[in-house]
Amino acid sequence: MAVAFDEMNIPGGDLRPAYQELARWLKETPPEALEYRRQEAELLFRRIGITFAVYGDSESTERLIPFDVIPRIMSGKEWTLLEKGLKQRVKALNMFLRDIYHGRDILRAEIVPDDLIFQNPVFRPEMNGQQVPHDVYVHIAGIDIVRVDAEDFIVLEDNARTPSGVSYMLENREIMMRLFPDLFARHRVAPVERYPDELLSALRSVAPHSASGEPTVALLTPGVYNSAYYEHSFLADKLGVELVEGRDLIVKNNEVFMRTTEGLKRVDVIYRRVDDDFIDPLTFRPDSVLGVPGLMSAYAAGNITLANAVGTGIADDKAIYSYMPDIVKFYLGEEPILKNVPTWRCREPKDLAYVLDNLSELVVKEVHGSGGYGMLIGPAATKATIEAFREKLKREPEGFIAQPTLALSTCPTCTASGLAPRHVDLRPFVLTGSKSTTIVPGGLTRVALKEGSLVVNSSQGGGTKDTWILDE
Amino acid sequence: MLSRTAENLYWLARYVERAEYLARTIDATLRVTALPAAYIGKTNEWDSALLTAGVAESFYQTHEEANEHNVVDYLSFSADNPSSIRNCIEAARLNSRSVRTALTSEMWDTINSAWIELQEVWSKGTSTREDLAKFLRFVQETSLRFDGSAYRTMLRNDAYWFSRLGLHLERADNTARILDVKYHVLLPEEEHVGGPLDFYQWSSILRSVSALTAYHWVYRETLKPWLVADLLILNGTLPRSLASCYDNLVRNLDQIGVAYGRQGPAQRHARGIRNRLEHSNMNDIFQHGVHEFIQEFIADNSRLGEIITKQYLI
Repeated sequence: MAVAFDEMNIPGGDLRPAYQELARWLKETPPEALEYRRQEAELLFRRIGITFAVYGDSESTERLIPFDVIPRIMSGKEWTLLEKGLKQRVKALNMFLRDIYHGRDILRAEIVPDDLIFQNPVFRPEMNGQQVPHDVYVHIAGIDIVRVDAEDFIVLEDNARTPSGVSYMLENREIMMRLFPDLFARHRVAPVERYPDELLSALRSVAPHSASGEPTVALLTPGVYNSAYYEHSFLADKLGVELVEGRDLIVKNNEVFMRTTEGLKRVDVIYRRVDDDFIDPLTFRPDSVLGVPGLMSAYAAGNITLANAVGTGIADDKAIYSYMPDIVKFYLGEEPILKNVPTWRCREPKDLAYVLDNLSELVVKEVHGSGGYGMLIGPAATKATIEAFREKLKREPEGFIAQPTLALSTCPTCTASGLAPRHVDLRPFVLTGSKSTTIVPGGLTRVALKEGSLVVNSSQGGGTKDTWILDE
Repeated sequence: MLSRTAENLYWLARYVERAEYLARTIDATLRVTALPAAYIGKTNEWDSALLTAGVAESFYQTHEEANEHNVVDYLSFSADNPSSIRNCIEAARLNSRSVRTALTSEMWDTINSAWIELQEVWSKGTSTREDLAKFLRFVQETSLRFDGSAYRTMLRNDAYWFSRLGLHLERADNTARILDVKYHVLLPEEEHVGGPLDFYQWSSILRSVSALTAYHWVYRETLKPWLVADLLILNGTLPRSLASCYDNLVRNLDQIGVAYGRQGPAQRHARGIRNRLEHSNMNDIFQHGVHEFIQEFIADNSRLGEIITKQYLI
């Protein structure tokens, strides 16, 4: 594996321009002061209760995501390019989804193979021909971006279902501003706190036409035991909307209402953080207690907007991912601004053969997996693990894709033995309303805290950093 | 607001109030048991602590006898006792999490910080009296802080009123229970009124509701059972009295009624109880029987809880 691109240091000792002020400040700041602030930050996170639940971890049901106090900095120029690429990508994702559930031009043009859609468990036949309000499917997208050199941003994953992490983007900034006011004074950091406002207006803009007056928005959560519950309550609070659970909602005459102390109140837009499978027991999993019976018929009747729409999983599926550059070209007639990671589709025999021969070099992912679970990182795996994975791959090749091990860029990070480079990725959040697409400058930077590790997922021991876009 | 939110706020306030009350009960019991045997006779104060907490039955399902060690443990730390202080704080924190959007950050901070701190107490336990005293004080302070932050930071809207309903309903229940148990279980027939046992029993009642000083201010007298009962039942100036709780319940229900433009059975039922308290005097109550009076009150009070639940919370 090549030496990773470092976002702060140019090999040979020079600093990249965006980091010069930070480097000066780090030189003036004694390590104890940094450690003290780190502890203070942790205390703040714990007191505010910024935690996530770890499934299957009986020791502690709530954990803090480790927070690294060294910010990750990006120049305004870099951001402008990234922003353009993100908007392009999300626009294409939305057009793709509309097409898949309506005309299916892209299948007829044989750009994407039929069976990848129709045999895919995340494809929702219930959405065929259904009109979604304002033709927006992915209102909130979290696009995972990595860097491998000074020029290129590469999309690692499109999250088009219920992407999480935006509360960390906002809280990280709050805490950094509290702990390091002097450091902010020395930079011009583009603000991110407009996000809740932008989200609310995007959600309002896509209200169904049957909504009267000011549309009522609610945020639907699976409840306190969900790993992202903190985020759900945080966002509902910032948006000023009700945080509802399935049991708070009821469908009557194809309209959705919430139970309030003053009786039933109509809801027009649901920002739902409950997966498709659980959202309506009458349509999807009958054993789900998280959903709302009849929600899908209200949806079909055009009386409720679901954000994100039902069936968006087909666009962020890892099997579809490899076609994204073609998808962008097909709908927009433009070259994709953001690159894809080269991807081998194990369903294709030629690719599978290559993957099986090179397992120790590759990252192999489950097509439907998430959160860093069920993946093989070849270079870091033992022989036995690789062999076990080989059998899995042979049994069910269509369930996997493989990618080269990328040398993710690194950022300086506080570690037990002082500052050291650690691998990072970035998840910016792209909002699409009826009229416009917006992105607040920044996103969630996740950092692999273990030396050499490429796994940044919070469920696997990754941490987060504040992400600064410099206003130039 | 969402019915579930109102329900959570209501129960959150009840749990915090109950935790404080349990801490006071343990505290008062410890004081009495520290007295020489000549002063307190042969009664088992720990039994009465279980009774006032309303958990005697469940306690004896797993324990043979009530002593300081196992009662303190059961009331404070036991995970098996649904209304132990520990479970009250756990439940309060869980409720807080699910209605965070309806709480002010000060209220959340109080509950969450207490929960974090108490995690440590659970894991280490309280091996010494000092530890225990510190723990009990901490629980009472948490309740004070919670109550104070609600009072000082919440908007005066339905969220506030529902949480006050929980608080006063729970408080009324606690006061009524302690009176009832002390009056009928603790005072042995042969002990003549006014003896040292009597004195310490009544002062422990007052201490457990934080009203010992108040008693002297109001009556300027030595402790007398009927005056203690008068203070705790009928005196509207004492915040823990049944009368005062009902003034608050009626007021908060009225505010909800006005805000929603509609009165209902909860408003009528609460007003009925308050009127009965207003038109009672201690003579009548003693004639009727204090025990009977309080039993009826406890039933009426819990009936109000059911009516509120039906009218607003489900």
